[in-house]
Amino acid sequence: MCGIVGLFIKDKALEPQLGELLAEMLSTMCDRGPDSAGFAVYGADESGLCKITLQSPDPSAFAGLDVALGEALGGKVGMTVRDTHAVLRLDAALAGAARKLLRERYPHLRVMGVGERIEIYKEVGYPTSVADRFGLAGMQGSHGIGHTRMATESAVTTMGAHPFSTGSDQCLVHNGSLSNHNNLRRELKREGMTFETENDSEVAAAYLTAQMAGGLSLGDALQKSLGDLDGFYTFVVGTRDGFGVLRDPIACKPAVLAETDRYVAFGSEYRALVGLPGIDDAKVWEPEPATVYFWGR
Amino acid sequence: MPTVDLAATDLRALNQALHQLSAGTNETQWEIVNPRGSHAVAVGVNAPVDITIRGSLGYYCAGMNRQAKVTVHGSVGPGVAENMMSGEVVVKGDASQYAGATGHGGLLVIEGNASSRCGISMKGIDIVVKGNIGHMSAFMAQAGNLVVCGDAGDALGDSIYEARLFVRGKVKSLGADCIEKPMRPEHIEIVGKLLARAGITDVKAEEFKRYGSARKLYTFNVDHADAYG
Repeated sequence: MCGIVGLFIKDKALEPQLGELLAEMLSTMCDRGPDSAGFAVYGADESGLCKITLQSPDPSAFAGLDVALGEALGGKVGMTVRDTHAVLRLDAALAGAARKLLRERYPHLRVMGVGERIEIYKEVGYPTSVADRFGLAGMQGSHGIGHTRMATESAVTTMGAHPFSTGSDQCLVHNGSLSNHNNLRRELKREGMTFETENDSEVAAAYLTAQMAGGLSLGDALQKSLGDLDGFYTFVVGTRDGFGVLRDPIACKPAVLAETDRYVAFGSEYRALVGLPGIDDAKVWEPEPATVYFWGR
Repeated sequence: MPTVDLAATDLRALNQALHQLSAGTNETQWEIVNPRGSHAVAVGVNAPVDITIRGSLGYYCAGMNRQAKVTVHGSVGPGVAENMMSGEVVVKGDASQYAGATGHGGLLVIEGNASSRCGISMKGIDIVVKGNIGHMSAFMAQAGNLVVCGDAGDALGDSIYEARLFVRGKVKSLGADCIEKPMRPEHIEIVGKLLARAGITDVKAEEFKRYGSARKLYTFNVDHADAYG
């Protein structure tokens, strides 16, 4: 069992409240996943910039990192540290060099996500405490996805928590368990994908990334996954400008969607949605099995 | 008439108060407000009382109900009226998966749609759905009537025993050993009575098709009887 929440904002006036609303949604799902929690927030479009979210169990490892990287890369590197995570902001043209430098000189720092807009935070701990440590309630953005984890398929570790990000500005959260993830991981490795964990959900994320790298849209990649992924799943996925939901054909794992003129919201249970503005007048429904739902902006 | 505000009252306190009711109680009308998607609201009631819930609910609403009439002005999560014994549960909105699962008796009315596994393993309950039902509904259904005014999803009535299924719209596919059967006068009467009890007046009993067991699965073969000792 796990809990998923997601919020995709249509009305820009609501964007300053994204973190506050997502934090409240996440807090209702603690009992579905008390092991660990995480969330991805898609912030404002900072044109030409690349954001790299790093994690270190010891935040002192971030001290002076921005200056050192800036000197080595010959460009300005901004850094915001939140507990065990740090978000680097740098010129998108330097992103490749920065990642190479991080791999070579800072192998103890884990890259949680990279993109123009995405920031990813995840840790072991009770979900409300994880959200507080990172200050989720104060974050702003256009869409966000959160997850509370009750582990079944791999160890309770920071890297085993969701969301998983395997491509630029992409992330996935999962409630369920995949049964063919080992085979798929082997195939994806052969195609050049890299994996951080033995987790089944990371394979689903990498699968979608590989499909999108091959030219499919998120919606088409999700459609294709119905034939290739075996197991139980409710997925919520985010891209730079999009938000998608998919349930397996058996659809045991719960899911509720709500839509108004101002937002689309996902919850594993209706409880997650009750604090949203205008929910009493929202269109609320259970997503159909084996049906791709996708919103973009 | 007691009104219980779940924003201010603990769920266990509410259910405890409902469990203490018995036949002859003067508190026959209850109203529950602000449920905010709570689970297990009004589970295990065993008294002839009316309970009105204003708002949508989570898992297992009115599970194991006996005698009570529970009306939900909203939608319900998985397992509404699971294992109901008697009484009536009315949902004005939609129901999530396994509505009325294993129910032994009473009437469950869903005025919206019910999702997958509606009436799974039903054992005597009557279920009326005004909208559609999802896949694998009435799986291993043993007794009772399932009346669906809309459409049914895949694998309706898979491995069904003696329950009767009535669907007015399309059936996407029938499950193993489930077949269409003729609507005889007694079936039209059953459907007519259930529609009337559910307050549905714009649908005629003659418009439904009946589905039930072909009784061809190995479980119906006497040569396998010793496998179930």
